[in-house]
Amino acid sequence: MKIPDFPEERTESIEEEYVPASMPEGGRKNGPYRFIGALFAMLFLGLAGWVIYFNAVVSESFINSPYNTRQDTFADRVIRGPIISSDGQVLARTDVDEYGTETRVYPYSELFAHVVGYDSNGKSGLESEANFDLLTSREFFVDQLVNEFKDRKNIGASVISSLNTTLQMTAYSALGDRRGAVIAMEPKTGRILAMVSKPDFDPNTIAESWDYMIQDENDSSLLNRAVAGAYPPGSVFKIVTALDYYRKHGSFSGFSFLCEGRITMMDHTIHCYNETVHGSEDLYSAFANSCNCAFAQAGVDLGGSSLRKTAEDLLFNQELPFTQYRSSTFTLDADSGIPLIMQTSIGQGNTLVSPAHMALIACAVANGGTIMKPQLIDEIQNSQGDVVRTVKPTEWKTIMTQDEAQALSALMQGVVENGTAYGLSGRGYTAAGKTGSAEFDEEGSSHSWFVGYSNVSSPDLVVAVIVEDGGTGSESAVPAAAAVFDAYYSTFDTSG
Amino acid sequence: MINIAVELSKYVILTLMVIYTFYCLFLTYRQRSTDQEPILKQFILIFLIDTVSFGVIYLKTRDFQVIFLYVEMMVFFSAFQLLYRILYRKASLLLINNMCLLLSVGLIMLTRLDISSAMKQLAIAAAGSGISLVIPAAIRRMKFLRRLTWLYALTGVLLLLAVLILARTSYGAKLTLWGAQPSEAIKITFVFFMASILYKRVTRAKVIAATIVAALHVGILVVSRDLGSALIFFVAYLILIFAATRKFWLFLLGAAGGAGASVAAYHLFGHVRERVSAFLDPMAVYQNEGYQIVQSLFAIGTGGWFGMGLCQGSPQKIPVVKNDFIFSAICEEMGGIFGICLILVCMTFFLMIVNISLKIRSTFYKLIALGLGTEYAVQVFLTIGGVTKFIPMTGVTLPLVAYGGSSVISTIIMLSIIQGLYILREDEDEEIERIRREDPGFSGGTYREY
Repeated sequence: MKIPDFPEERTESIEEEYVPASMPEGGRKNGPYRFIGALFAMLFLGLAGWVIYFNAVVSESFINSPYNTRQDTFADRVIRGPIISSDGQVLARTDVDEYGTETRVYPYSELFAHVVGYDSNGKSGLESEANFDLLTSREFFVDQLVNEFKDRKNIGASVISSLNTTLQMTAYSALGDRRGAVIAMEPKTGRILAMVSKPDFDPNTIAESWDYMIQDENDSSLLNRAVAGAYPPGSVFKIVTALDYYRKHGSFSGFSFLCEGRITMMDHTIHCYNETVHGSEDLYSAFANSCNCAFAQAGVDLGGSSLRKTAEDLLFNQELPFTQYRSSTFTLDADSGIPLIMQTSIGQGNTLVSPAHMALIACAVANGGTIMKPQLIDEIQNSQGDVVRTVKPTEWKTIMTQDEAQALSALMQGVVENGTAYGLSGRGYTAAGKTGSAEFDEEGSSHSWFVGYSNVSSPDLVVAVIVEDGGTGSESAVPAAAAVFDAYYSTFDTSG
Repeated sequence: MINIAVELSKYVILTLMVIYTFYCLFLTYRQRSTDQEPILKQFILIFLIDTVSFGVIYLKTRDFQVIFLYVEMMVFFSAFQLLYRILYRKASLLLINNMCLLLSVGLIMLTRLDISSAMKQLAIAAAGSGISLVIPAAIRRMKFLRRLTWLYALTGVLLLLAVLILARTSYGAKLTLWGAQPSEAIKITFVFFMASILYKRVTRAKVIAATIVAALHVGILVVSRDLGSALIFFVAYLILIFAATRKFWLFLLGAAGGAGASVAAYHLFGHVRERVSAFLDPMAVYQNEGYQIVQSLFAIGTGGWFGMGLCQGSPQKIPVVKNDFIFSAICEEMGGIFGICLILVCMTFFLMIVNISLKIRSTFYKLIALGLGTEYAVQVFLTIGGVTKFIPMTGVTLPLVAYGGSSVISTIIMLSIIQGLYILREDEDEEIERIRREDPGFSGGTYREY
């Protein structure tokens, strides 16, 4: 069909193209337009979908961040909720006097100082981690409205912690007046039952003692040594060296070493503790004896880059999911000299580690290679005690194979059965672990380390202990760990 | 008592917004943007949203300026709506409603954040709208617009160069010259350039020429560190080439080229790497480049589905909240659902423009509508996607909602042009009807603009 009026236009192809009026929908020409319309409509819908997903799933991890101070403005309208232990004891609560003045009270004073934290002069510990929930009222909304109407404050949610007062008290008194830290957690769930750090402070009086404490660099009592302590690992690091050996050779059986009490390479000499001559050893006995010479030799054979790979697989130089965590450092690489490799293989050198990190490694060994996400919170309840949210144990990371975990477990059992952690044997439960004496000065004074777990066939509890200047692992750390394990089994009936 | 009022008001505002959004979706789907009844209902919804919101802000601040601003705003909206109905019988009233709604939402948030910038924004919007009233009539009479190809190209490149050389750096990017952001105006001239070079039969030489000019625009913007604008220009270029040539492989090639250029930019520019690292794990770089986005996510997350209520959150904790992060502030105080509605309103806004471009018969105007619509869509996507961590931040603002005079004026001009094209289309339809009536045998052929 043609319009006779404009015949010349149809031959002039360089003129502007018009869509024929017979094609009200534009015909073929509109193909790209439709495509672009659809494409962007999808992008917009994707965006809306993301905002929904963000609100439903992602946002929780952001709003609960201790950096999120938004909910502090809620404090005008909400009374901060209490923190309660898993055995039902109040660890922190807010008292309101007749004039409406609110005071945060910590009934156990110093006992939970670091892990529960404080809520003035900033926030720390659970007070910081659970700030959002503590300041969010979860009461029935009608009740909330009634309170608003009466100009009465609503009560924030209660945070039910996984912490157990008996275990915490045991760990606290086991450290006595020495400095150090203890962390106890369940490898199967990641629930933290006790976390102690010393020296400590009283969170009830933190506002008064604040200026003094932040100036006192000697004690650093505000520092939670369990998660932010940076200690040389000493012989507990031999777990890493042993795993690297296992990964390279596929088993421990090919290892043999003749210990002469000292070993010298490149003019650098390493001693066994007290220069004890361990004689002919396989890897089991070298590990049980905590033989420095054997592990220095093994480390040098493995080399810096191999050790670094395994160390980083075991979470060195990485962030861990603890609040206020300080990354452990491991510095060896392919260019490291022999002396530093010898030192590092036995846990000296530049390596620094926190008790929480060592506890996670033990969790992996105890739990077939998989670490459950460490958690301090079991559930959130409203002020009437109705459960608002339950924190379910979730797998966090698998850092070694089941086979590797079993191999390390066998080594660590040997340490308890006939090695440096013999103090843990014959106590009514089986145990596995590794001790360490981490030298920190020229005179050879050492921090006392233990990391391990109980009930080897189906591990119940992982405990990591460091006692500063506590001598060898068997002297201070093993008895402290034994006390915590004992308390666990006398508190919880695990026969069922 | 006030707390309850505020608490209840947020659900009221949310409900009104949801209804408004449903109307938008319905009217766009049915392509009935001139139906009087639903359009009037929509305007009443805007009026109610504004009344409740400004009422709450007044209750919380007890600042009489809030009432003053509210009255001013309502006078402006009513006058604008009325003038359009008188001057342009066939105007798309849905377009006007959406413009009023987006301006309202922006002004509500700005009033709550900083009332003086809200007043400035309103004044600029009113002045811009007043001047833009002539555009719909002018655009169809100014036939010469399609012959100014190289004037558009030259203006764009020279102005962008001037910004690059003369402007001072703020927030890591060079944007502002004599108090204005020329890149906002160049968005329009760029689309006119592309449309004017491509509306006739497309040759390879024309595509190459268009590519060179587009590359100059984008290149200067990247060097000025205005990544968001660079991306907007690039996508507009890509889509207009595709629409004009109808060659899908060119679109794919361009998209691949864009992806390649992004990777290159990542390796070449530190500020691009910062944006990406802030996107991948903002918490890890919280103290530095992650701070803005984390604050934004705190705001959106804390607000939740229903929001904190106006004046009940702390949106001022987000840096540059009035400009780049206005969407986060809206989500925090008015709720995530409100934010989702806003996204859907913006989507219908864009789809309406595409509908117009589908119906127009002149290729030049088709390309103009599609180009401007694309720029709008990309800008909305980049800003909302950026502040919600859907994509890395690019530092562009939400058109009509965010604070910024240049952006508001150029968006209003853009919308007026589109309004002009919509009216043109309505006239075209009438013309066809007229021809059909006069010549019952007519059923197709080439249609000529009269």
